[in-house]
Amino acid sequence: MTPTNLTRTIGQFRRVARDPLLLFVSVLTLASLLLFVVYPIASVVLQSLKPGDTYSLAAYAETLKSAYLRRAFYNSLMMSALTALVGTFLGFLFAFAVVRAKVPLGKFFNGIAIIPIVSPPFIGALAIIMLFGNNGLITWNLLKIQNFPIYGFNGLFLAQVVTFFPVAYMTLKGVLESMNPVLEDAALNLGGSRIKVFLKVTLPLAMPGIASSILLLFVETLADFGNPLILAGSKFPILSVQAYLQIVGMYDLPKGAAISVFLLAPSLIAFFLQRRIVGRKKYTTVTGKPQTSTGKIVSPGARTFLFIACLLVSLLIAVIYFSILLGALAKVWGYDHSLTLEHFKFVFGVGFKAVRDTLMIAGIATPIAGVFGMIIAFLVVRTKVPGKKLIGAMSILSFAVPGTVIGIGYILAFNHRPLALTGTLAILLLNFVFRYIPVGIESGTAILQQIDPSIEEAAVDLGADARRTFSKITLPMIVPAFFSGLVFAFVRAMTAVSAAIFLVSSRWNLMTVHIMSQVESGNLGAAAAYSVILVVIVALAIGLIRLLLKARYGRFGGAMLHF
Amino acid sequence: MSVRLVDVRKEFPDPEKSGGIMVAVKDMNLEIREGEFITLLGPSGCGKTTTLRMIAGFEIPSTGQIWINDEMVNDQPPNKRDTTMVFQSYAIFPHMSVEQNVGFGLELKGRPKSEINTEVAKVMEVMGITELGKRRPDQLSGGQQQRVALARAIVNKPRVLLFDEPLSNLDAKLRETMRVEIRRIQQSFGITSVYVTHDQDEAMTVSDRIVVMEKGLVMQVGSPFEIYSRPSCKFVADFIGKVNLFPVKTLSVGEDARAQDRRGVEVSAGSADPALKPGDDALLMVRPESLVLSKAGSVDQKNSVEWGSGRVIKSVYLGSVIEYELDAGYDKPLMAISYDPVNGEFFKDGDEVSFSFSQRAAHMLPLR
Repeated sequence: MTPTNLTRTIGQFRRVARDPLLLFVSVLTLASLLLFVVYPIASVVLQSLKPGDTYSLAAYAETLKSAYLRRAFYNSLMMSALTALVGTFLGFLFAFAVVRAKVPLGKFFNGIAIIPIVSPPFIGALAIIMLFGNNGLITWNLLKIQNFPIYGFNGLFLAQVVTFFPVAYMTLKGVLESMNPVLEDAALNLGGSRIKVFLKVTLPLAMPGIASSILLLFVETLADFGNPLILAGSKFPILSVQAYLQIVGMYDLPKGAAISVFLLAPSLIAFFLQRRIVGRKKYTTVTGKPQTSTGKIVSPGARTFLFIACLLVSLLIAVIYFSILLGALAKVWGYDHSLTLEHFKFVFGVGFKAVRDTLMIAGIATPIAGVFGMIIAFLVVRTKVPGKKLIGAMSILSFAVPGTVIGIGYILAFNHRPLALTGTLAILLLNFVFRYIPVGIESGTAILQQIDPSIEEAAVDLGADARRTFSKITLPMIVPAFFSGLVFAFVRAMTAVSAAIFLVSSRWNLMTVHIMSQVESGNLGAAAAYSVILVVIVALAIGLIRLLLKARYGRFGGAMLHF
Repeated sequence: MSVRLVDVRKEFPDPEKSGGIMVAVKDMNLEIREGEFITLLGPSGCGKTTTLRMIAGFEIPSTGQIWINDEMVNDQPPNKRDTTMVFQSYAIFPHMSVEQNVGFGLELKGRPKSEINTEVAKVMEVMGITELGKRRPDQLSGGQQQRVALARAIVNKPRVLLFDEPLSNLDAKLRETMRVEIRRIQQSFGITSVYVTHDQDEAMTVSDRIVVMEKGLVMQVGSPFEIYSRPSCKFVADFIGKVNLFPVKTLSVGEDARAQDRRGVEVSAGSADPALKPGDDALLMVRPESLVLSKAGSVDQKNSVEWGSGRVIKSVYLGSVIEYELDAGYDKPLMAISYDPVNGEFFKDGDEVSFSFSQRAAHMLPLR
C-alpha cells in the first residue's frame, strides 16, 4: 500500500467512525455474512479434506474411484449443459415471438412462461410422473404401456427444460426489449434480407444476453435437487442427489462434502462468468428507454411458425399444471379418477402443520432478507465503507452456491456448540434469510443505480446522517422495488427444497419437503394437493402485494413489478 | 465566513489503469473571503467540481487542508459541515412536496414546526415560489425546480453556499434570468459562495472573483475584468472568449509596457503580465471587439495603433454584430467584431482591409 493509499484508507475509517451507526451496521453485516455464508461453505470444503483425524485427499480419491459417482459428475454436467442450450433456445424463441414478432396472444404466452417461475421447481417432475410414469395418465391409461422409461435422462431432461426455460425467457425478454429496434429497421433499410438482418444484427446484439442466459440455466440446473430426486432414478445418478444420499442415507459426511465440492466448482465458475458478461452488458446493449418494435424483421411465415411453437410449449405447460390439479382431486391416480377432496382434507388435517410452518418461516425470513438486502445494496452502491466490495461479493455467494452445498454446510457448521442449531427453527430461518438476501440486493442495486446519487448527497449536505438519509430519503424511493424483490424472495422461500431438506426436523418441517416424501412413498394425490395449495398461496401473495403497491404508488408500483 | 484551501491535492484511482492514480486537483491554494462570490471556471475534467465537493465534504483531500473560518474541516463529514450545496440535477426529493423539500434541513436540525413554517414561507416568498408549496416535484418546470433547490439551500442560512453548475439544465433565456437572481439573493443574504461552471458568461455575471482551472491546476485568480482583459497565460486568454495573439519580444514592462513585433515595429501595450521581463518572447493579446477594421489605407490615427492589413476570408452576420476572419499572414486567421452593422461599414469576403487597435486594449502575456 502506497502512503497516499494508506492515508486514504485511514481517512475512510476515520470518517466512518464519525457515523457510529454506519460503522456498526457494516461491521455487523460483514460478521454475519462471514458466519452464515462463508463459514458453512468453508466447512464443507474442510470436511471434504478431513475424512479421518488428519487432512487428506482420501474422500476425493474415493469419490473419483467410484465409477458410479464419476458418472454422476458427467451426468450432472451433461444434463445442465443440454438444459442450458435447449432452454435458452426455447426462451429466445418465446422472447422473440412476444417482443419482436408480436405474435397474437403475446400476453397469454408471457403469463404461461411465468407460471413455472413462481411455482415449486419440482412440479414439472411430479406432473411428468403423473402423465408418463408407471401409473401415468398418458402412458398407462391411454397407451397401456407398462414401465415406460420415464425415469432417467428422458424424464429429467423434459422436466428441467420446462422448469428452467422461463428463466431464459425472462432474461432474453429484457435483452430484446432494451435493444433498439431501429437498428433492425436501419439494416433492412440498407437492403439486408430478413434472415441476414436477424443473423447479422439481432443475434449478435443479443449474444451477451444469450450467453448469460445459457450460463444462468447451467448454474440453476446443476444446483437443482427436486427434479432429479424425483425423476433421475438410480440408473441416472445426479451429483446433488448423490451428495444428499451420502449424507442422509449413509452418514458419510466427508464423502458427501467431497461430492458437494465437485458440484460447487463448476457452479462457481459458470456463475462468475455470467456475472462478468452481465457486468459488461451494462455498457453495450442497454440503450435507454425500451422502444416499440415495428416488427418488420419477421416475415408472416416466420410469425406463424413462432406462434405455433409458442402454442405447443404453452399447451405442454398447461397440461402439466392441469394434471397437478386433476391429481389433487382424483381418488387414486392411474386407477380411480373419480373426484374427491380427500387429499385436501389430508393436507388441511394431518399435514397442516407443514403449511403453517412454511408460511411462518417464509413470512418471517423474507422481510428480514429484503431489508438486509436493501441495507447491503445501500452500503455497496452508496457509501464509502471500507470492505464494501467484500460485503457485496460474500452476499452474492449464496446465489452462486447450489442449495445442496449450503444445506450440507449448515448442518456441518451448526451442529455443535456454541452454535448448535440443527433441528431448530433458527437454522431454517437463518438459512432462508441469508439465501434470499441477494434478491433484495439485486433489486435494491438496480433501483439505486437509477436514482441520482445527488438526491442522497443533498440530504447529507442538509445535515442528515446515514440512518436518516436511508430512512427518510433512500427507503421511500426504493419501496416499490423493495416489495417486488420481496415477492420474488417469498416465492423462492416457499418453494425452496434443496438446502431446506437437510435442515428440517420433526418439529419444523416444510411443505416442499412433505411433497417430496409423499412422492417417494407413491402418494401422488397428497403431493399434488400440497402443490396446488402452495401455488395458490404464492399466487395470493403476489396478487396481494401487487394490489397494495398499485393502491399506494399507482402506475409506479405496477411498472416496477416484474411479475 | 472565509474558506481556505491549503496545498489541497486530490487523487483518484485511475479507472483505465488498475493500480494507477489520477490527480484531479494539484496542490491548490485559495482563500475565499467572507461574503465573497467566487467562481471555479474551467473545461470539464479540470478539477473544479472535485474542489467544490471537497469543500462540501463529499470528497476528502488526499493531502492538504481545508479550513472554514478557523476550523480545519478535513475530517468533518458533509452533514456536520455548515455548507449547503445546490446540485446540478437539483436533487429535489421526489417523494416530498415543495414545502417539505425546503423545510427538510430545518427539520433535521430539530427546529419547532412553527419556526420551520415561518422560515420556509419567508424564503419561498423571496424566491417567488410561494404558490408552489403543495406541489410535487414532478409537477415543476426546470426553472421552478431550480428555485426550490436554491430555497432549500438558503433557508438553512449556511456559512458557505456551494453551487455545482446549477444552471446547466436550463434553457438560455432562463439561464440569464437565474444568474442575475442568484447574484441578487447571494448579496441580500451575504453568504460566502463558491460556484462551479464551465460557462464564462455565467462566471463573468455572478462573480466577485473567478478562479480559472485547467488539469487540476489554478491558472489565474482575479476579478472578471482581470481574467478577461489581463489574462496571465495563453490558456486563460483562449478559454475566456475569442482572442488574437501576436508573437512579440518584450522591450519594457510595467507602466510603460512596450514590445517589438516580428517585423521590427514597436508597439506599446496597456499592460503586461508581471511575470514578463525585458527581452522575453511574449504574446500581445487583442480581443476581437478591440480590433478596428477600416478600408485599406484609411486608418483613423486618433487613438489607435495601426497594426497591419489583411484580406477578409469570412464574415458572419449575426444581426447585432458582424464577425470577421482576416488573413493577415499569421498562423491563425485574425478575428474582429464590428458592432452596429446598420450604421457601420460592411466588408465582403475578399475585401482588403487595414486593422488597428488602441494601446489600452493590448495586453502582453508570457509565451507558455
